[in-house]
This record gives sequence, structure tokens and C-alpha cells, in this order.
Amino acid sequence: MPPPARVYIPLIQHIGAPCRAVVEAGEAVKKGQLIGEPTGFVSAPVHASVSGRVEALVDVPSATGRMVPAVVIENDGEEEWVQLRDNPDYMSLPPEVLREKIKAAGIVGMGGAAFPTHVKLSPPKEKTIDTVFINGAECEPYLTADHRLMVESAAEVIEGLKIIMRILGVEKGYVGIEANKPDAIERMREAASAVPGIEVVELEMKYPQGAEKMLIKAVTGREVPPGGLPMDVGAVVQNVGTAFAIYEACRYGKPLIERVVTVTGLGVRNPGNPRARIGATVRDLIEEAGGFSDGPVKVVLGGPMMGFAQYTLDVPVTKGTSGVLVLSEKEYVSSEKFSPCIRCGRCIDACPMGLMPSMLSILSEKGFYEETREYNVFDCFECGTCAYVCPSKRPIVQFIRLAKSLLKRQ
Amino acid sequence: MAVERGRQELVVTVSPHIRSEETVGRIMWTVSLSLLPAFMMGVYFFGPRAVYVTALSIVGSLFSEWLVEKMAGREITLKDGSAFLTGLLLGMNLPATVPFYIPLVGSFVAVAITKQLFGGIGYNIFNPALMGRAFVLITWPRAMTTWTEPTAAFVGLDAKTTATPLGLLKEEGMQRLLEVFGDKMSLYTQLFLGHRAGSLGETSVVAILIGAAFLRIRRYITWHIPLSYLVTVAVLAWIFGGREGLFTGDPVVHLLSGGLMLGAFFMATDYVTCPSVRKGQIVFGIGCGFLTMLIRLKAGYPEGVMFAILLMNCFTPLIDRNLKSKVFGTRKEEKKG
Repeated sequence: MPPPARVYIPLIQHIGAPCRAVVEAGEAVKKGQLIGEPTGFVSAPVHASVSGRVEALVDVPSATGRMVPAVVIENDGEEEWVQLRDNPDYMSLPPEVLREKIKAAGIVGMGGAAFPTHVKLSPPKEKTIDTVFINGAECEPYLTADHRLMVESAAEVIEGLKIIMRILGVEKGYVGIEANKPDAIERMREAASAVPGIEVVELEMKYPQGAEKMLIKAVTGREVPPGGLPMDVGAVVQNVGTAFAIYEACRYGKPLIERVVTVTGLGVRNPGNPRARIGATVRDLIEEAGGFSDGPVKVVLGGPMMGFAQYTLDVPVTKGTSGVLVLSEKEYVSSEKFSPCIRCGRCIDACPMGLMPSMLSILSEKGFYEETREYNVFDCFECGTCAYVCPSKRPIVQFIRLAKSLLKRQ
Repeated sequence: MAVERGRQELVVTVSPHIRSEETVGRIMWTVSLSLLPAFMMGVYFFGPRAVYVTALSIVGSLFSEWLVEKMAGREITLKDGSAFLTGLLLGMNLPATVPFYIPLVGSFVAVAITKQLFGGIGYNIFNPALMGRAFVLITWPRAMTTWTEPTAAFVGLDAKTTATPLGLLKEEGMQRLLEVFGDKMSLYTQLFLGHRAGSLGETSVVAILIGAAFLRIRRYITWHIPLSYLVTVAVLAWIFGGREGLFTGDPVVHLLSGGLMLGAFFMATDYVTCPSVRKGQIVFGIGCGFLTMLIRLKAGYPEGVMFAILLMNCFTPLIDRNLKSKVFGTRKEEKKG
């Protein structure tokens, strides 16, 4: 999509320490120029996504509803890049240099969590990493951004995977793709055919196949222990978009200033997967997609299972924005009213973590927060499957979130 | 542009933003529907009285639900089908010959006391329909154990009272049972079709199985409780059910008689009152089978399904607490917590 006339680039788009602005109002910036520098190790710099003039430093709404500081840049339409240097020989660079390039490019996990990638690629010494996974499951309904990227830029994604494997000194790389994307599987297999050690694996289509732990289990059978991380079973998982961004950063030195975003739902006229500049607003994206069709009811950032409903269209796209979902009257389901748990056990059968969401929701509803520990409340990663299948329409995930946050506060 | 036209307020709720179409109402009405074949067979065998008795039971259930919810100021939940299903099940668990006050009182005990006074749907400890039946059985034992022969009422002849197959088996033995039904093949066939004395909706095994298969296909029930229940009954009947010593019992008669099929597929599987983890359900089914056979063979009643399920209902919380689901990433032997 064409870059918008004005971008709002939040100084915090990742998990970790916020950035400090290094530009002032009135200053001219080029595309790709650093505008916010990290203030800690777990942090990622942000860059200008258009060339133009810094208009102001303001607070903008974020996807989770909080106000965050942002740099507003007025686009001069010149699309003038900072100096970039093509380095076709990037694969011979030492791992530390590659990791440094990723850090400088401000790359974070683009599946939604937005954890700084260079941190994920710096596992503690005592952890042996032997396998890298590219997560092409994209299991959330509606989202197709990763799918398109795999079809259209398969070679680049595989290059990204190779770079990650080089950084971690790993011989084995997998790309896990759900079976409902045969074209992506084919293109990725083609792209990976000449590369030793990389295998494209077709996965059963089921939600949440793309959750890190589920992906690792589906491909290798390894189960991450409760409370553990993928690195505990020697695995590092990266999103498709992240791998693509890693390639661009290492080859061209390009910072992360745009990403593929799925704009879809019956509430929008022309759904699609535009490459959107970081800092473009949800309003820009919806206008680009032909505007609202009749009866938009809910706008969700991310997927329908784990995404966040928005109260304003002024929220800017960030590095972690995978989708803009405009749900129409038809798709919208009211979740205000719910009834008591009838203990049907559907949530227990559906829970990918093997938890008992029914008990968690009942305990939390009645205020027995401490007791939710006995039911492994902290192993829940809030995929929403339980609430999806619940015939009593109970807000199970919300009950679990409540219990978790109150327990953490103690 | 168009975006600005949509000035109306956006709805903000927590995730997930999509929900399955399953509702409590759909479940309850589907289960009610699946009971239709067995009920129709009851009407066929026991005549119009089967309809009256069941209708009174359903009306009593709906009224009790409405009454308590009205008095307690709670939302009226007649539409969710739960009270209807309880009334239907209770009706099908009564002899067609009972006086009119029995289904009414039974349904009041089932819905008003067993379900609503414990907090309404989801909160009851005991299966409401079975609790209602237990109450009327103990209160009016004579009316509740006077059985008539099937079809007599239908063709307009005077209803002849008779004993149930399990009653005959208990009082007079297998030999007498064979005399009444002809030979073994005929006995099995009659039991399978439901041509025997019994509660009006419990007799036709084939009709119950059709309904159960429908529920299984719709994934409303799983095999865990019915199978573990039936296997336990069969094994115990074979080992201890004969008069000529161990391993001389007839498991088929025990499987096809009494309220076992209706109980195993439609009552023991009641979501609210059975364990919700699979392995717990198997324990529950085995417990039901054990208690059923204990009562059938050793206690005063010829039939034990109702009390067996009600007793096992008491153990449901205990079973659920001790047999939790396996948490991802844990090995079988290590217990977390």
C-alpha cells in the first residue's frame, strides 16, 4: 500500500524497555533512520518508516488500549532511504556480526508477542540449541499474512532461516506449515530443496498449531516442560515475517519499517495483505482496503482468537501487528451473557496444554484464586480455545487472566 | 471516506472474538430429541398412558423450574431445555401405570429441590431425574413397582400385572424367565426390542441405542462412561449372576434388562453430575457397574441402576480432584502441584 501522509511510530513496540527518542520536532529524517534508541538489552530500536519531517512527539493509543509515546513524522513523499549497503556475501559474516545487524534493525517477533529477536538468538550458555523452527502454521483463523509471504518470498524466508541457524550454530531447521496452505508448502519446499538440513513439514490443521510449544511437539514430538521455554528442549522458534526481516537486515542492512498485515473480515470491502509501514494507522489500512462495508461492529488487532478489540481507529501498526480484523454484524458474537458451567468437558478435551479450564474458570469466578495454582493456571497461554468451544459462553480466558494477575500481584 | 461513515461506537470485548455455535440449549434439545425413539417405543408398548405420564412429568419440571427461578429472582431458563430434558427422562423412568401425582411430585423433587435449590443448572450434585425417581419410589413403592405387560394397554385389553424380567430373575431364577419368554433366543429378542414390563422409556434397547448412536455421532457423549459401565455389569453378571456357582451368570439378560441401557447412555453421562476428565469417567462407569450389580444380586431391589448412579454422583468431585487431566510437558508418573 502507498505510505500514508503521516505515520505515528510508537517508541515501545516490543516486550522490554521502551526506546528513548533521538529526534526532535522539526528535524528532517530519512527512511530507515534511527528515531528511538533502546534503553536496555531486552529492547529494540525503532526507525523512521517514511522520509520527511518530525512533526511532534505525542502519546498514541496502542493495541492493548494503553497510551504510549510515539514519534509523528510527516511524509514528504520522497521515499529517501538512509545509506543502505547490499552485502551479497552476508552468509560468511560471523554470527556476532549477524546478531548485531538484527539488533540494529530493530527486529522483534512478528507473530504478535514482539519479543526482541536478538535476545531470543542469544540463549544462555547452559542451554544447548539444536533445532530452529520457522513457524508457518499461522493457525489463527482469518490471518493469511504469513501464508502470502511464504508463497511470494519463499527464498528470502529460507535465507532468514539459514541466518538464524548460522547464528545459533544449528544444523537442523524446520519450517512447519499447516496442511491448509499447500501452495506455501510447495513454494517453501522448492526454496529449501537445495539447502541441507532444512525440512518443510506439513502439519495437521488445528488451532493453536502455531503456538510455539504445539509447533515443536507437532514437528519433533518434544514437549516443553510446564513453565519452561522452547530452549529447554533445544528449540528456537521464529515467525515467518521475522525470518524475512532477518534476511533483509543481514543482506541490505534494512531496518524493520514495514510488514505484511492481513486486513480482513466481512466488515471491510476489499480484504488483502498489504505491506504496511510501521506507524500507519488502522484507519489508513481500512481506507486502503476500500473502507468499511455495512455494519462494522468490532475491529480487532491480531487474530480473532487472541487479538485485541480496538475502541479507536487511531492505533498505529507496530512490528507485532499481524492483522486488522473488521468483524461485521454477521460475524460478531455477543459474549456479554454467560451461564454456569455445565461441566460438559469440551474445554478439557480442547485445551492444548492439557489443563482443566472449566475448573479454572469456576475457581476464579468464585474468588478461589490460590486454588487455581493446583490446576496449573500459569501454564495457560490464553489461546482462547476453551472459551471458543464453551456452550455456556463463559469468558474462561478472562477468568484465567484475572486469577493470574491477582496471583502475580501477591 | 467510508471509514468515517462508520462513526458508531466499536464494540470492545476480550478475546476470543469468535465463538462456536454450540449452546447449552442446543445440547439439551438435541439430547431430548435423541430420546424420542425410546419414548415412541414406550408409547407403542404401554399406550396413551405413557404419553400422559411423561407429559405430566415435563409440565411439572417446567413449572418447578419457573417457580423457583421466579421466587429466587433469577433469570427464567425454560428455553435452555434442561428442565424439559429432566422431565422427559423422569417420565421415561416411570411405569406407565402410575397415578398422576407421581410424575408431578417426582418432577418437583427433581427440578425444584435437586437442581434449583442447589443453585440451578450446573450446580446440582445429583442427577435430578434420578433423584425425583428415587423419591417417588421410596414414597410410593407399590405404585412404582406394579408393572403391566406391554401392548395390553395399547390394544385396549385390561392391563395384566406382571413382574419385570429382573424381578423374575431375582425371585424365581433364570429357568422361570425362560419359561415366560419361550427360549433364550426369544428372550434376548424380546428384551432387545423392549417387549417386556418396565419403566415406559427404558425397555427398548434398540431404540435407546439408536438415540445413543446419534449422540455419539454428534459428539455429545463419548464411549467412556457407557462402555466401562456396561462391561463392568457384564463381567460381574457372568461371574456372580448364576445360581449354579461362579461363572454361570447370563450377562446378556443383565445388559438388556432394567434401566441399564437408558442409565448408561443417558443418565450416567449427564455432564453436570459425572466426572469431566476421561480417566475419571472410566472409574465412574466401573463404579456404577459395580454398585448396580451389587444391588441387583445382593440387595432388596431387583434393579440397581438408579441408586448406583446416584451414589456415584457423590464421588464425582472426589474423582475429578484426584484424576486431573495430564498437563502438557509433564510425564505420566510425575505429579505436579
